[in-house]
Amino acid sequence: MVSMLKIERKDYEALRQHGEETYPHECCGVLLGGMNGDARRVTSIARCGNTRTDSPQNRYNIDPRELVRIQREGRGRGEDIVGFYHSHPDHPAHWSPTDLAEAHWFGCSYVITSVEKGKAVITNAFELSGSDEGDKKLLDEKIEVAQAEM
Amino acid sequence: MLRFYGPGHRSESDRGIAASFTCMTQIHIPTPLRQYAGKQPTVEVTAGTVAEALSGLVSQHPDLRRHLYTDDGKLRSFVNVYLNDEDVRYLQKEATAVQDSDTISIVPSIAGGR
Repeated sequence: MVSMLKIERKDYEALRQHGEETYPHECCGVLLGGMNGDARRVTSIARCGNTRTDSPQNRYNIDPRELVRIQREGRGRGEDIVGFYHSHPDHPAHWSPTDLAEAHWFGCSYVITSVEKGKAVITNAFELSGSDEGDKKLLDEKIEVAQAEM
Repeated sequence: MLRFYGPGHRSESDRGIAASFTCMTQIHIPTPLRQYAGKQPTVEVTAGTVAEALSGLVSQHPDLRRHLYTDDGKLRSFVNVYLNDEDVRYLQKEATAVQDSDTISIVPSIAGGR
């Protein structure tokens, strides 16, 4: 069964715009929210800095300290981390071998936006599935963009 | 002036000294690992150091062990452990002392790229 990611239009557009702003570098950020039935529901997003200053055009890394802070602030609002997003400048919106190797948040969404010549084009979502590092895989996930507040 | 402290209290200058104090420490569990921790976002353990806290955690929830540690008992490279806002690697690693008001966060790394 394909899993589902529900996100408000403003947050969806904001994460795509983030990729345009950081082009030709990769952007990255956190999706916060909760589970709504079988769907992950995003109620806010948090922009992060890309600490891979050695190769920002094709790599990203979020400082764990920033994640600790985002997690704490989310807890205060009753939100959990439900996923992450990043961009692929001039590259398809599909996970790479590096994306899979570096993915460790099982049951969370990994959202990727292709940004071509500075313009966000396609945004796809994938769920990290499996029980451990040995059998993990990124599976296609449907994105439902809601116009109004969910 | 004399000050009397309850059990487990130490001053900031004691940080890093693994003495025989123990306190209740909260460990924040990241969303993907909660299924192995009774679906709890936070687990409380009695510990004097980060190592004792993590040991207490996996004692309470043995299914967590293989997700946190390698077969030879080392923390997995992508598992970051934070004491409040500090990476324990830059303190005294797992020997870092914990105090009553401390919280520990387990944070799997977030990285990738095309």
